[in-house]
Amino acid sequence: MTEAATETRQMSMIQAINSALDVMMERDPEVVVMGEDVGFFGGVFRATAGLQKKYGKNRVFDTPITEIGIIGVAIGMGAYGLRPVPEIQFADYIYPALDQLVSEAARLRYRSAGEFISPMTVRSPFGGGIFGGQTHSQSPEGIFTHVSGVKTVIPSTPYDAKGLLIAAIEDNDPVIFFEPKRIYNGPFDGHYDRPSKSWAGHPGAMVPEGYYRVPLGRARTVRAGEALTILCYGTMEHVVESMVIEMGVDAEIIDLRTLVPLDIEAVERSVKKTGRCMIVHEATRTSGYGAELSALVQERCFYHLEAPVERVTGFDTPYPHSLEWAYFPGPVRIREAINKIMRE
Amino acid sequence: MGDRSGSGAGKAGEERVPQAGRGHLDASERELAGQGRNLPPLQLHVPEPRYRPGDAADFSDLEIPAAGTAPRPDEAADPGTMRDMAYGLVRVLDDEGQAVGPWDPKLPAKTLIRMLRAMALTRAFDARMFRAQRQGKTSFYMKSTGEEAVSIAAAAALASDDMCFPSYRQQGVLIARGWPLIDMMNQIYSNKGDRLKGRQLPIMYSAREASFFSISGNLATQYPQAVGWAMASAARGDTRIAATWCGEGSTAEGDFHSACTFASVYRAPVILNVVNNQWAISSFSGFAGAEATTFAARAIGYGIAGLRIDGNDALAVYAATRWAADRARANGGPTLIEHFTYRAEGHSTSDDPSAYRSADEGSHWPLGDPIARLKQHCIALGIWDEERQAAMDKELAEQVRDAAREAEKNGILGHGLHHPMESMFEDVFEEMPWHLREQQQQMLDEAKAAGL
Repeated sequence: MTEAATETRQMSMIQAINSALDVMMERDPEVVVMGEDVGFFGGVFRATAGLQKKYGKNRVFDTPITEIGIIGVAIGMGAYGLRPVPEIQFADYIYPALDQLVSEAARLRYRSAGEFISPMTVRSPFGGGIFGGQTHSQSPEGIFTHVSGVKTVIPSTPYDAKGLLIAAIEDNDPVIFFEPKRIYNGPFDGHYDRPSKSWAGHPGAMVPEGYYRVPLGRARTVRAGEALTILCYGTMEHVVESMVIEMGVDAEIIDLRTLVPLDIEAVERSVKKTGRCMIVHEATRTSGYGAELSALVQERCFYHLEAPVERVTGFDTPYPHSLEWAYFPGPVRIREAINKIMRE
Repeated sequence: MGDRSGSGAGKAGEERVPQAGRGHLDASERELAGQGRNLPPLQLHVPEPRYRPGDAADFSDLEIPAAGTAPRPDEAADPGTMRDMAYGLVRVLDDEGQAVGPWDPKLPAKTLIRMLRAMALTRAFDARMFRAQRQGKTSFYMKSTGEEAVSIAAAAALASDDMCFPSYRQQGVLIARGWPLIDMMNQIYSNKGDRLKGRQLPIMYSAREASFFSISGNLATQYPQAVGWAMASAARGDTRIAATWCGEGSTAEGDFHSACTFASVYRAPVILNVVNNQWAISSFSGFAGAEATTFAARAIGYGIAGLRIDGNDALAVYAATRWAADRARANGGPTLIEHFTYRAEGHSTSDDPSAYRSADEGSHWPLGDPIARLKQHCIALGIWDEERQAAMDKELAEQVRDAAREAEKNGILGHGLHHPMESMFEDVFEEMPWHLREQQQQMLDEAKAAGL
């Protein structure tokens, strides 16, 4: 899975992302980083800190506040032969760029029969759990998994964040790379009333300094188990893992890491073994990615299922501010869902 | 809970009554709200074109400056000193077909005839393909009649490897660059010779070798892309520049604003062409803001050099494009060029302009026909005559006919000679993922089961 692994050190997810960008900019002169506040300032989350100083303004630059422009310009740069890594400051603000992403980046290879490609990686912080209210908390991955021609990737640990981001930048297809900002600085188990943790001591926070890849399209089995399969990604991986340990249930947890293309073999193998499947995501429920997962499991594992597929998701409301912890699919809701599916 | 919400609703209802809309305010409340004053009612202005079907068109009051009167600023001019250029009209060819004034590009005879020929070829190609659509050989076509100079003279002024990001009405760029007609026709027929494998609507060409970017149906999206390509060229220390085109209707898209902002901020080596042909399908240019200002004047607010030119004057298009290209190559930044022209025919084969505009508008259009004007110029120079023009037109019609016959050997739409079904799943991604492979197999199995 990894190649040329070098010395490892403990990194937060932000540091790991910064390191991935640094490694790729060093290796490939075609890689350019662009977005609002990413240049001199180093990004509102510090993901691009130090890059402009090291690689110059022709490769790392601040942009005007126009998401249409950021993505449209990145497509043009890709057509020229560069490998752009544009940042959208929050996933909640990716919508102005939807036309450029859906109609252009995703379709360019197809409509030109490969004459032109769009090898860009769109980085964007996403997800809730930070009192971000309606426009700093959304999880719009389902919008992109519905678009043919883009890949959607979501890491859950610093190690994966770096390896997946490197793989995404090297990939010749457009990749939407959603970074769960709740776990930028430490894993989050959903217990918002407890002190927040750093990545220190987490096995997923030991990150090689140099180049390595975590291949796209392959899930990670976080924990093997026999009683139940839980499919999740991003922040929810940590919430799920914590509850499974707390409840002592023998669940197999699969962190999907890439939603499109999905690691269908890992999903199928696990559900056929356990006979039960629970899907957890922060995004709203109706037509969310969980619906696709549920349909795939039903189609492929129907005769192995001992209970209906369970979905624990955000509610079908805009993301609320004061009622964040009622909305967030946290420990209370996950516990109930596990109890329910195990009773069936 | 029920009790509380019930009484709450009742209370809220009672409170709402006196505030229930402006109509229910009493006189003193209206006074407080400023409605008691004797003000005229506000009026919404909805633009209306001057002539509708049945009207006699008359453009005699349209301000058309004489050829040769517009000054020619230095290519390095500060955009702030060029404001008048955005409201004037650069014209080189006068009514007698003479090239006059400081914008005369003084082109050699060979170049003039080459442009004339490419324009005539584009018109012949359009005529043939329009007819092919009417004959049911394909689903759709869009002509560029009356706008040939906008594409062809621009292409002549650019280097062949300058990257073009066209809209759907710049087929002239491909033709000016000598792209094979058969290849274009294969695309229009979506046949087995179509390099785009029948995936794209007719006329949505892509020709990387001709530095002609893949055309999209989504309007103005190519604008920021062209700026990005130009920025990349600059960032890499290249010498190539980019050019893009959109119609005046598409300037209303957000992409236009984003592109102009980026082009200005990074001084991108790009030429932003706005082809103002007066009509966006059935909407006249007033719906893109033309009643209040010119499209070239948009440049002023962005700090970009702006030129407004006679789009039916091939020499003006050439000269302006050359000016903008030289400026871009000298790191002087972007130029926005408004090409003032007229869409002589329907928007597309799906459109009937007689339903929304005066039938004789085109014949009264004061800037005339771009081919006729360049022909007149060549004749005035003594390098051309009507006989040669007629012979060329005949030869080009035959060339197009022969190309069409060749292309039709590869198939026409709906006659089975298309790319294999399974090719539909290719190129979505660089490598076909499992779900597409499964769907591809499913499609083949279904076809087999149906005996196809």
